[in-house]
Amino acid sequence: MSRVPFYLLVGTLLLIGIVVTLYRHMALDVPWSPGEQRHIWEVEAQVNFVADGDPVKASLALPTHQRGFRVLTENTASSGYGLSYLDEPTGRRAQWSIRQAAGAQQLYYSVQMLVAPDAAPPPTSRPPARQDIAWERPYDTAAQAIIDRAWQRSADAFTFSRQLVGHFSGDQQEENARLLLTQFDRATLLVRLLDQAGIATRKVNALMLEDGRRRQSLSAWLQVFDENGEWVLINPETGEQGRPDNLLLWEASDQAVLEVQGGSRSQVTFSMIRHNEPASVAVRNQLAGDTLLNFSIHSLPLEEQSLFKTILLIPIGALVVVLLRVLVGLKTSGTFMPVLIALAFIQTSLFTGLVGFLLIVAVGLVIRSYLSHLNLLLVARVSAVIITVIAIISLFSVVAYRMGLNAGLTITFFPMIILSWTIERMSILWEEEGPKEVLIQGGGSLLTAVLAYLAMNNPWIRHITFNFLGVQLILMALILMLGNYTGYRLLELRRFKPVTED
Amino acid sequence: MWASPGRLKAKGIIGMNRRNIRYIGRYNDRRLYPLVDDKLKTKLLATQHGITTPALIGTIATQFDVKRIGAMVEAHPGFVIKPAKGSGGKGILVIEHHDGEGYVKPSGHRLQHEDLQRHVSNILSGLYSLGGTPDVALVESLIAFDETLAAYTYEGVPDIRVIVFQGYPVMAMMRLSTAASDGKANLHQGAVGVGLDIASGHALRGVQFDRPRSDHPDTGHELASLHVPDWEVLLRLAASCYEMTGLGYLGTDMVLDRHNGPMLLELNARPGLAIQMTNGEGLRPRLDLIERQTPGVGVAERVAFARHHFARAGELQPGPGDAPRTRLVAHRSDA
Repeated sequence: MSRVPFYLLVGTLLLIGIVVTLYRHMALDVPWSPGEQRHIWEVEAQVNFVADGDPVKASLALPTHQRGFRVLTENTASSGYGLSYLDEPTGRRAQWSIRQAAGAQQLYYSVQMLVAPDAAPPPTSRPPARQDIAWERPYDTAAQAIIDRAWQRSADAFTFSRQLVGHFSGDQQEENARLLLTQFDRATLLVRLLDQAGIATRKVNALMLEDGRRRQSLSAWLQVFDENGEWVLINPETGEQGRPDNLLLWEASDQAVLEVQGGSRSQVTFSMIRHNEPASVAVRNQLAGDTLLNFSIHSLPLEEQSLFKTILLIPIGALVVVLLRVLVGLKTSGTFMPVLIALAFIQTSLFTGLVGFLLIVAVGLVIRSYLSHLNLLLVARVSAVIITVIAIISLFSVVAYRMGLNAGLTITFFPMIILSWTIERMSILWEEEGPKEVLIQGGGSLLTAVLAYLAMNNPWIRHITFNFLGVQLILMALILMLGNYTGYRLLELRRFKPVTED
Repeated sequence: MWASPGRLKAKGIIGMNRRNIRYIGRYNDRRLYPLVDDKLKTKLLATQHGITTPALIGTIATQFDVKRIGAMVEAHPGFVIKPAKGSGGKGILVIEHHDGEGYVKPSGHRLQHEDLQRHVSNILSGLYSLGGTPDVALVESLIAFDETLAAYTYEGVPDIRVIVFQGYPVMAMMRLSTAASDGKANLHQGAVGVGLDIASGHALRGVQFDRPRSDHPDTGHELASLHVPDWEVLLRLAASCYEMTGLGYLGTDMVLDRHNGPMLLELNARPGLAIQMTNGEGLRPRLDLIERQTPGVGVAERVAFARHHFARAGELQPGPGDAPRTRLVAHRSDA
C-alpha cells in the first residue's frame, strides 16, 4: 500500500494553504496580528452646483486601488438622486441623476482609504502619443525653443520633463515661458509640450492628504511615461519627481473630475480626516473582491460572519484534541465533548464556566445515581437527565441572578444534550470502573477543554483563523499528518517504563 | 518516572498509535469486525469451525423478553449474562449460584430478580455496546474452571489472552482476577497479568496496574510456578481463529474448562498492549519476524514455529534451547 498519494495530498493541502494565506497577507494587506494599527483616510467629496430645473446628470470620478492606498468602503449621500457606479475603461465614476431639480444642489461622496504602503498599483496604460499639437503664432516658436533647450539638457523622458518644468518655475522662468503661460494653464501647457516632444504624458488629478483639512481641491500632476511603459509623477509646479506619500490619485486618466449636465457653477471640494484603526477592523471594511483568491468570510452579512468566527475555531479545538490524544495519550470522556465545552467556556469565561460545569455535572451525577435505581430504559433515562440538566441550569441562573452574580446567567451557554450524555457516561463509568476512572477521564476532558479554550480564545489565533481561510487547509494537513503518527504517546513513556527496568 | 522513546524502541515496545495504524489498520479488514464485535456471531462461527465455546443457555433480544430471564436460568446454578456487542468486559454479570432469595455474585454480593432484569434491559438498550447501538443479551453457562489454577485467582475465572498475528500465536498472558478488579479479568481494573512463555505455557512474570508483581495480591500465592495445561491444544485453538475470522491481528481470549479443556471465550480485533508489560518484552521483534514469513502455512506448523522462535526462560524454567516437541510431551505428562 503506497503512501505516496497520502503525502501528495498533505503536501498539496499545505502548499495551497500557505499560498492562499500569503496571498491574503501580501496582496490584500491582511496583517498577521490583530493588534497592528492601520491608518485610514476618510475623504469626503462635496459636489455643489446650481440646477436649472431640468433633468440633471452629475458624474464624479472616483479613486481606485493604487500604489499606497486601498479603497475600503465608500458611501454617498444625495437626497432624491438616483445613483449608479460606472466601471469604465477610463476609471470608475459615480453618476447621480434626477428627473427634475432646481436651485443649489449638494451631493456627497465619502471614501475610506486604507494606507497600504505595499499595495500593488493597478496596471496603467500608456496614453497614445499625440502628434497633432498645433500652436498659433508666435507660440509655436516659443514652444519649440523651450523644447529644444530642455532636450539639450536632458538624457531621457524623465529628465526632459524635469527640465521642462524647471523652465516654468521660480526664478528661472524666462520670456518664452511667460508668454506661453498667458495662453494655457500650467499643467495643460506642460502636457502639450511633452506631447509635442513625443513623450507620452497625461494630466492626473490628485489630492494632497492632510489631516483635518476642509474645502480642498484637486491639484494637477503630470504622469510621464518612458519608452518601457514605466511612469513617474512630476509636480508641475516644482518639477519634483515622485509621488509624495500623502498624495491620493483621484482621477488618473485625463478625464474631467466632475461633469454636470443640467446645472451650472459646479465645483467639487474635499475634506479629509485621518484615523487609526485596529487592523482587524480595517480588514473587515475591506471591499470584498469577487475573485476566487479573494474568497473571504467578510463578504457575508455581519450576523453570519460572527457565526463563522466560532465555526472556524472548531478545527483549532479539534487539533488540540488530536494533539492531546495522539501525542500525549490523554483519556477523555467523549472524543470531541471537550471542544464543545471549550466553546461554552468562550461564552461564559473560564472561571464561571469551570464552576458551572463542575456544579452541573456533580448535581447531575447525584440525580442520575437515583435514576439508576428506577430501572429505566436507556433513552428515557438520558432524556430524564436532559430535563434534570435544564432544571439545574435554570435554578443556578435564577439563584446566581438573585445573588447579584450576573456571570451565573451565562451558564445557559452549555450544550445541554452533551452535558447529559457526559453525566450518563460518567455515571456508568463510576458504577463499572469506580470513581478513580471517573476522575481520570473527567480530569482529562476538563484539561482538554481548558487547553482547547485557551487556544480558541487566543486573540491572535482568532484573528488568523478568521482572516486566513488558507489556515484551515494547513490545519487539515497537520491533522492528516498526525493521523499517520506511529510513535509513542507521551504517557506511554511512563506506562511502559517498568518493561525497560529489568 | 519516564522512559526515553529510544529505550522503549530498543525493547521493541509497540505504542497505541503504531498498533492502530500499522497492525489493526493494515491487517484487520473493517468488514470482518462484526464477526468479533458481536459475541453471538463469534459463537456461531466458532461452532461451525469446531471450536469449543461455553454453552449458550439462551439469548434475550427484546425488552418484552426481559421477564423471561428468571425462567431461563432456573435450571442452571451458575451463569453469565453478557452483552453481545460489549467491549472491555463491560456489562458482564457473573452469577455463581442462585436460590429462592436471590442471585449470588462471586463476591458474595446478592442480587434480586429486579436487578437481573435491569441489567438485561440495560444491555438491550445498548448501554454497554460499541456506539450505544441496541444489543442482545447472551446467557451462558458458568465455566467450571480448572482447579489447578484456583490458587492463582480470586473469585473470577482466569482467562488466557493470546495475540495471534497472521495466524501465528505471538504472545500470551493469563489474567487473574483480584478483589480490586471485582472478580473481572480486566487488567486496567486491577487484575493481575501473568506473561506466558509461548513455548511452554509457563509463567514469565506478573504485573498488576502496570507494575511488576510476583504473587497474587489476594491469595498470596506466588506466580512463578503457574503453568497452563493443554498448552499445545490452546495455542492451536487460538491460531485457528485466524482462519475462522480472517483478521490478521487478533486477541483471542480463552478459558480452561475442567471438562472440556481450552475454550474460546471471545475474540478482540483491537487487543490491548498490556500484554507487553506482562511479558516484559515488546511485540515488535516477533511481529517483524512473522511479517517476513510466507503465508499459507497450516495451523500446526504455525504453532510449532511460534513455540520454537518465541521460547523464553521464566523464573523456574530451563533455557529455551530444548526442542518444542519434547517440551510438549513433558507438559502433557505434567497435566
